[in-house]
Amino acid sequence: MKDLQLKSRRFRAEREGDWRRLETLLARVEGRSAAGLSDEELLAIPVLYRATLSSLSVARATSLDHSLIDYLESLSTRAYFFVYGTRAGIGVRLGRFFGETWPAAVRGLWRETLVSLAITVGAALVGYLLVSGDPSWFGGMSGGMSEGRDPTATTAYLRHTLYDDGGQQAPLAALAAYLFSHNAQIAIFAFALGFAFCLPTAFLLAQNGMTLGAFFAVFVSHGLGFELGGWLFIHGVTELFAIILSGAAGFRIGWRVAFPGDRTRIDAAAEAGRAAAPVIAGVVLMLVVAGLLEGFARQLIQDDWARYAIAISSLIIWTGYFYLPRRAPSRELGRTA
Amino acid sequence: MTATGSTPTPGGQLREFVTPEGVDLRLRVGSAGERAAAFLLDAAIIIVTLVVFVITVGFAGVALASLGAPELKNGLGSAVFIVWLLGFFFLRNFYFVTFELGARAATPGKRILGLRVAARDGGRLTSEAVFARNAMREIEVFLPLTFLVASGGAGADPVAGWVMLLGLAWTGGFALFPLFNRDRLRVGDFVAGTWVVKSPRERLTIDLLDALETAQGQNGQGGFVFTSDQAGAYGIKELHVLEDVLRRKDAKTLAAVAERIRTKIAWRALPDETDTAFLSAYYAALRGRLETRLLFGHRRRDKFDKA
Repeated sequence: MKDLQLKSRRFRAEREGDWRRLETLLARVEGRSAAGLSDEELLAIPVLYRATLSSLSVARATSLDHSLIDYLESLSTRAYFFVYGTRAGIGVRLGRFFGETWPAAVRGLWRETLVSLAITVGAALVGYLLVSGDPSWFGGMSGGMSEGRDPTATTAYLRHTLYDDGGQQAPLAALAAYLFSHNAQIAIFAFALGFAFCLPTAFLLAQNGMTLGAFFAVFVSHGLGFELGGWLFIHGVTELFAIILSGAAGFRIGWRVAFPGDRTRIDAAAEAGRAAAPVIAGVVLMLVVAGLLEGFARQLIQDDWARYAIAISSLIIWTGYFYLPRRAPSRELGRTA
Repeated sequence: MTATGSTPTPGGQLREFVTPEGVDLRLRVGSAGERAAAFLLDAAIIIVTLVVFVITVGFAGVALASLGAPELKNGLGSAVFIVWLLGFFFLRNFYFVTFELGARAATPGKRILGLRVAARDGGRLTSEAVFARNAMREIEVFLPLTFLVASGGAGADPVAGWVMLLGLAWTGGFALFPLFNRDRLRVGDFVAGTWVVKSPRERLTIDLLDALETAQGQNGQGGFVFTSDQAGAYGIKELHVLEDVLRRKDAKTLAAVAERIRTKIAWRALPDETDTAFLSAYYAALRGRLETRLLFGHRRRDKFDKA
């Protein structure tokens, strides 16, 4: 064979082995997981990746072989995504999520959470006052979920809805599943709607609060306010908390999109999205809990005080989990010192 | 390297994407069509999975009931209901998240189309970002769908009809968001700081110079000698066209291109030279000359470039 006169060709002949090796390793990593590789092979990937990047730079500067440059670009890109990709195991990630990310994200949204809480409580008050004053407001506020629990219902019927789960209703598991998926979807929706400059999220929260207030007004007028509280808050603490948090997450995004401050709008949105996303991921889990409480616990526990006990302890657990200062982040230590 | 103003400027779908090592990988963003196709594939996969799952549970239930467990019969309806509800919920919300958190950062639909999700800033693709971009699907897909379905139910009521139309226009804006920015970001990408890029798997093809050498070795025809004027008739753009033509090996194109080059460089044909042999030899000569000039800092873009 003649000696390779062209420098670009000699260059390729010398480096090709490394490229092929990287390609084989990447194919294995992408096919399954990194677990299939030995330590030695795993450590080789970043080295080969940097060698390939350097080959790419050299090839761009000296070679006019089009397909070679395309190949190197694609290989470097694949390797780049592996080298700089996420590789932590699912266990580690979950641990970090529950230990730090989620509570920290919730604390970070405290201002928005207060706004969301204020909207919900305000709307509930408005709903309560309106329906107490004039029961004809009820129809517009109940959101079609009343199932006969309207101002014209008898006290006996209302009492029955609070304690009997009704023989022919859906079995508890199905009810729990339905309630969970319905509420979780609303929570995710409230978050996503935040993008439209907060207003739809505020509307959704206000509607939710008004329905709550209107129901209270109906039951209180029949002297069943305390009992309704137990029926509602056994799961409602968790559920309302979750919905308020998802509203807060939506507000953060909408606000930053509308008023990005000194950042570009696109950067501000991305930053807000990352700050708010863990909250929503966690909210879905809260709603699983709420769905279980609503579907099972509420139907199985008929005693008002027991219902209130669960409601209050869930409030303590959630607020404690989210807002109690903890040791891990160093910033918090600095503040208390 | 920059002294020659070397690399062609990114345009069209190409985007600058500099790694921490300082090399621009020049990523290609996924086109709107590819994105839509990937999504439709994923949607089809979700629906088929769900239907198959529900039917399986239904059959299993029926089989159990026929084995003589009558109380199961009552549970059957609710079991199917639960599977449907939870299955739909989890697939709707976690199908995308789970796949995009994997090593390939792509759902099956995206993989088929050769796409993947990446962080726009070149950093790691975090799980927060993946979650955020997919939670936003709620207003991009399901909200417009809701309005679409509801508009069918609006009936003859003109007010309801107008409300639905406005709703559809409003939410349609979210759905069509990718068409209004050059990086084809959907709302979710915008909020999560991600984008969707092509990640093609190119094969390392044989160097045409190797092919030429093998051919010459077999036929013993090495008689092509080009003067420096002849070898310098073209630039890099033409070289790449020639490379494509040679790799494609279409006889008609080869003949046409060979004819044009022969005319341009006033080539006197050797006895029984073939088009392929001539073009390969000319490719080698042209590339040799251009690469040598490149080493001295002259990048000749095309035949009109006087560099």
